[in-house]
Amino acid sequence: MEAIIQQFFNIEIMIKALPLVLKGLGVTLLICAVVIPLGALGGLFAAIASVSKNRAVRWTAIGFVDLFRAIPPLVLLIFIYAGLPFAGIQISPFVAVAVGFFLNNSAYFAEVFRAGILSVPKGQTEAARSTGMTQGQTLFWVTLPQAVRNVLPDLLSNVVEVVKLTSLASVVSLGEMLHAAGLVRSLTYNASPLVLAAGLYLVLLWPLIRLISRFERKIDT
Amino acid sequence: MASTYNEKGTPSSATLSVRALHKSFGVLPVLKGIDLHVQRSEMVFVLGPSGSGKSTMLRCCNLLEEPDSGAILIEGDKLTGPGVDLNKMRQRIGMVFQSFNLYPHLSALGNVTLALRRVLKMPREQAESEAIAALTKVGLSNRAGHFPSQLSGGQQQRVAIARALALKPTVMLFDEPTSALDPELVGDVLDVMRDVKEQGMTMLVVSHEMKFARDAADRVVFMDGGVIVEQGPPEQIFGAPTQERTRTFLSRFHG
Ligand SMILES: Nc1ncnc2c1ncn2[C@@H]1O[C@H](COP(=O)(O)OP(=O)(O)OP(=O)(O)O)[C@@H](O)[C@H]1O
Ligand SMILES: [Mg+2]
Repeated sequence: MEAIIQQFFNIEIMIKALPLVLKGLGVTLLICAVVIPLGALGGLFAAIASVSKNRAVRWTAIGFVDLFRAIPPLVLLIFIYAGLPFAGIQISPFVAVAVGFFLNNSAYFAEVFRAGILSVPKGQTEAARSTGMTQGQTLFWVTLPQAVRNVLPDLLSNVVEVVKLTSLASVVSLGEMLHAAGLVRSLTYNASPLVLAAGLYLVLLWPLIRLISRFERKIDT
Repeated sequence: MASTYNEKGTPSSATLSVRALHKSFGVLPVLKGIDLHVQRSEMVFVLGPSGSGKSTMLRCCNLLEEPDSGAILIEGDKLTGPGVDLNKMRQRIGMVFQSFNLYPHLSALGNVTLALRRVLKMPREQAESEAIAALTKVGLSNRAGHFPSQLSGGQQQRVAIARALALKPTVMLFDEPTSALDPELVGDVLDVMRDVKEQGMTMLVVSHEMKFARDAADRVVFMDGGVIVEQGPPEQIFGAPTQERTRTFLSRFHG
């Protein structure tokens, strides 16, 4: 018991690790702040394209979504970071992470938005078009507000997944939170910094998770 | 030649003209040459068995379904063809659906103002006062802030009528506007339709409200198998139908 506390819940080491881990948390939040809005936007466009009447547009979107859902994000990340320099493109770890997660994340958001769009009954579009609204106006004012509302818990779950996914950025030595915690662990031969990081993830994500289950309960009833 | 299409007035003076309309779904022919002319302020009722193509014909009238051939004209203006702005044309054709199709995320007022603001580009205040005027016509100005889920079926359908009316259309299409309603709510919707007619609206109505057809319609059209079998004033169609198919259909309603 003593040993477990010493190895995982060593307050002294946690306090020492705190500045570095908090700095990592800042990087994690920064990645999220870039990747989540961009991914959501990219996913929205891909979803709209994937229900287009134009075949070429539709299949391009579906191809994009399938491809980036199939590639493990870790592989994608390494490919972008380590592969692109061979093509003469030098990028920083942060840009590599932003691009990789944007692609992966767009694909997942696209699937959720697409399900949302398809959940809106056809009669809604017909009613809007019958009043002279254009296809674009109908999408923006009638379909999307309902689509988003119908899949809100899934959209938020996706956000939670993305936040956790950012820990992968440590493979390209981007100093996000898990990377920072791992660093301190290797210096101290003690796992407490990891527990600290896990605790911070929990603090970060718990409100979101509560929110999601509240929405889900609301939809059930 | 065109004048043989209709006994009342010439087709070119009609408010809504359907000419030689054909429509198939895949290999299934649904409309096999429909000619129908609705005059200004006329209320025309369309009857017919399930699957006879009534909804399809109505939906072709505002191009929710694309006809295979034939033409639709509003006050002589073609709905299809080069250079036609379909969205502009649709402003002149109001539609009321069996399942209301109100926007669930908007209040009654929001349902009515949406097209006023986005299509007609009215400023908010003007759109809202026009919407209140339309809701007043259907007796629901006191429900403007309610969402569809807070309204009865009959009230929802009346909001849907207000949504169409607010654009001041030339003609209104109704596809079984009362068949999704509880019987006790049907009367309110029919009363509103009668008011709309009395204001001079041109109306094409698919409905099986026989009693209402008898005392409010100017003309009744009987469709079967994708063609118009017979048409005439309600007293003639209900009292002395000339076609066997019409008689068979009507006998089911008289019991
Ligand atoms: N989108 C569609 N795709 C394929 N077939 C269709 C479609 N819409 C209608 N049909 C078919 O066309 C025929 C006519 O349908 P329509 O809805 O116009 O009939 P209706 O007279 O309105 O019938 P009801 O009284 O049941 O509403 C039916 O056989 C129907 O199955
Ligand atoms: Mg029908």
